[in-house]
Amino acid sequence: MATLQLNNIVKDFGGTQVIKGVDLEVKDREFVVFVGPSGCGKSTLMRMIAGLESTTSGEIAIDGQRVNEVGPADRGLAMVFQSYALYPHMTVEDNMGFSLRLAKVPKAERREKVLAAARILQLEPLLDRKPRALSGGQRQRVAIGRAIVRNPSIFLFDEPLSNLDAALRVQMRIELARLHEELDATMIYVTHDQIEAMTMADKIVVLQDGVVEQIGSPMELYHHPRNRFVAGFIGSPKMNFLEVEVRGADAEGVDVALPGGDCRVPVAGDGVSAGDTLTLGIRPEHLVLDEAGPLTGRIQVIERLGGVTSLYLEHGDSEWILVADGNVAHRVHDEVRFTFDPACAHLFTADGLALAHLTRHPLADIDRKENRASSASDGR
Amino acid sequence: MNPTMTKKLLLTLLAWGIALIVFFPIFWMVLTGFKTEGEAVATPPSLFFEPTLAGYHEVMARADYLKFALNSIVISFGSTLLALIVAIPSAYSMAFLPTKRTRGTLLWMLSTKMLPPVGVLMPVYLLFRDMGLLDSQLGLTIVYMLMNLPIVVWMLYTFFKDIPKDILEAGRMDGAGTLQEVLYLLLPLTLPGIASTGLLSVILSWNEAFWSLNLTTSDAAPLTAFIASFSSPEGLFWAKLSAASTLAIAPILIFGWLTQKQMVRGLTFGAVK
Amino acid sequence: MIRPPFPTCFLQWGIPMRERTSGRTVGGFRNVFLQGPAVTLLLLWMLVPLGMTLWFSFQRYNLINPMISGFAGWDNYTYLLTDPALWTAMGNTLLLVGWVLAISVIGGTLLAVLFQQEFFGRGIARLLVIAPFFVMPTVGALVWKNMLMHPVNGVFAWLSGLLGLPVIDWFSSMPLASIIIIVAWQWMPFALLILLTAIQSLDDDQVEAARMDGAGPLAIFWFITLPHLKRAISVVIMIEMIFLLTIFAEIFVTTSGGPGLASTNLAYFIYIRALLDFDVGGASAGGVIAIILANIVAIFLIRTVAKNLET
Repeated sequence: MATLQLNNIVKDFGGTQVIKGVDLEVKDREFVVFVGPSGCGKSTLMRMIAGLESTTSGEIAIDGQRVNEVGPADRGLAMVFQSYALYPHMTVEDNMGFSLRLAKVPKAERREKVLAAARILQLEPLLDRKPRALSGGQRQRVAIGRAIVRNPSIFLFDEPLSNLDAALRVQMRIELARLHEELDATMIYVTHDQIEAMTMADKIVVLQDGVVEQIGSPMELYHHPRNRFVAGFIGSPKMNFLEVEVRGADAEGVDVALPGGDCRVPVAGDGVSAGDTLTLGIRPEHLVLDEAGPLTGRIQVIERLGGVTSLYLEHGDSEWILVADGNVAHRVHDEVRFTFDPACAHLFTADGLALAHLTRHPLADIDRKENRASSASDGR
Repeated sequence: MNPTMTKKLLLTLLAWGIALIVFFPIFWMVLTGFKTEGEAVATPPSLFFEPTLAGYHEVMARADYLKFALNSIVISFGSTLLALIVAIPSAYSMAFLPTKRTRGTLLWMLSTKMLPPVGVLMPVYLLFRDMGLLDSQLGLTIVYMLMNLPIVVWMLYTFFKDIPKDILEAGRMDGAGTLQEVLYLLLPLTLPGIASTGLLSVILSWNEAFWSLNLTTSDAAPLTAFIASFSSPEGLFWAKLSAASTLAIAPILIFGWLTQKQMVRGLTFGAVK
Repeated sequence: MIRPPFPTCFLQWGIPMRERTSGRTVGGFRNVFLQGPAVTLLLLWMLVPLGMTLWFSFQRYNLINPMISGFAGWDNYTYLLTDPALWTAMGNTLLLVGWVLAISVIGGTLLAVLFQQEFFGRGIARLLVIAPFFVMPTVGALVWKNMLMHPVNGVFAWLSGLLGLPVIDWFSSMPLASIIIIVAWQWMPFALLILLTAIQSLDDDQVEAARMDGAGPLAIFWFITLPHLKRAISVVIMIEMIFLLTIFAEIFVTTSGGPGLASTNLAYFIYIRALLDFDVGGASAGGVIAIILANIVAIFLIRTVAKNLET
């Protein structure tokens, strides 16, 4: 059992608040990802959980017990650092066994535990090497191994994959997910990469400027972003935004004016009235090329990725990104018409909040574990 | 011969010529140490002679030479050890727990180095007289420790700064207290840096002449004072002076050659790397 | 999963926790305890003697004549400032500092460029050329005085004899110049050491880019190398200045400030006042003047260093 509660956490660095009152509940065995642009406070928040940074106000509780005053070593956590932070003067084995050595665990037992962790990560042949003789991926695994040896209740990962090349990153992503199943531990993971967040998280915490923008499952964040920031941050390429005028609104939907005719978006229109200006948001993958579509644009750039093609369109002073299938034959400077399914569109008020969709997306509450054929069944 | 080769040969000649001229006084001193007193003052200077260890024997035979040498060793190594003990925690806190005041503190430490010794000679002399520290190993050790403390803190600070903070934090997560963190992680990782810092401090103390000449007379006088005592009866004991000088500078020259790279950082307070 | 129970309030080292402005691990040491010893010692080392020097400089105080006592007001200063010996000493100090700086910085820069080039046995030649800096000043001065510059038995005398030049009695005919030569011999290697290190950090790409732009060796030195060395040179100048302002041992073992006052600098002048005349008040007033001089230099040095310090 390991749960974590953050109650109104505040961090103040010499008068500037970098964490402005964060509340969070992490369930046992949950994989939680903190995501946000650099400087949003996600790393600071993790370091506060780790005990490497003191908490200005608010309460951090592990399994219901306040740990604000507990030193980092005694919180029962283990952390994997972005730089791996391996001890350069120690062998892989000594690196992994350092915490046990400090805890005065007898040598034989220490070795046994290190070997067990090394087995999980296929590190056995490397145990006698020094970190400088390892590749990036191997160092990464040693850092994870060092965390496993401590048998922590919660694993903390601070952007652990950012120093790896793209191929290795994909591989480690899968390996981490496998580890999560295998170790059955609570994990908290910090990243600025929304793809890592989407692929690994049970629960994503989107942070900006020290404030939690939204907490939810990956699919919930994708389909029901709470505000314009989350909508723009999750998804790639970024969501298209367009200022639109409201023609009429009621609880069943909102009519907005588009260049090629009006369009009814099925969101709760309470409090919105005709003449208001809203921001319409549509993901590039939800735009469809259509000769009869209400929107037009001139192609500026075409990026052909093979399977899909991204079209960068310009219309007046608005710009659109449209993801079409890979066989689009258009050329640069072509004029194209396109449309979208209003059910996929989002509307944001002037202060950035999304108007709630009338129907919830069927996958929004899916459990991540259902995506994998894994050991979830034998877990408990 | 191709032009690059010619250029390289010319460069070699020029650079070696200058190096030998600059090094000549030291070379000549070492050479003179192996001459008899007669050969030492001979004109024209004798380049080819039968080397003798007579000068060295005579120097070593003077009981007080060993006393001076011992004073130098005790004082320079003692002051270095003290300086390191005081400086390591200070440099640790400045490198790993920086606050808004850290920068100010470092610069202030540098500024204490700017106080010319001659400006405070009188009070230090009188204080030492009243405390019975004149002509004592302890007195000179304290002065050298204080004299080198800013440089030692600065140098350690620059070496500690090179250690990623993450490594120490990983240690903390692994359960290391501050003491264990320093003992198991910081010291092994920065040992070369600490060693060269220590050597620089030894070199500076060993060669220091102002305080040693003014605060000691006989009991605690180090080698600088011993060598200076050759200045009065002019021209009498050149071979012996050379032998004693060679002994006095040899270890320091070797230390200096070993640490020259890291020393630059310490001597320039990190402004040149 | 089994974990040890937490102590509800874990206060390592018994230090009470407080809200801090900067990131610090929960339960870590406090800076005060770590920095305390060094800061306290240096504070004492600075303030106590400084305060006493200031105090003495306004006192009538002579070690061998206790009858002379009491508050002196500005007397020590007026006496000192109207003493032509002080001005001679000041002049000598400036000459010494100026010449040694010029020789060591210009020589050091040129040698740094030379010793940066590839040539045979570069490593050993570099060691030889920086060696004088590590030589004890008393040793260096005595070797020069007795074995090189000696009018009868010195190597220089022999060399001038060979060339048919008049033999120079260095220390009586040009005492200050002799000392300048000795001190420059010790400090030029320092400048070389620092500047050689600085030159090695010069980006090769920059030099190659300049070469592509058609720069010859002289242009590269003038437009690339020299600007790159600018800060290192300024640091060398200031550090040397601080040491050179108070050169003592070299004078002590060679000329003892003479003949007359010809090679007496400010440090030696104060030393004469203090430990030969036992005039504590006068020596302290001289000390204050030396401190003021040094501080003018120090301010610039500290500024330069501060620029390099990001905390």
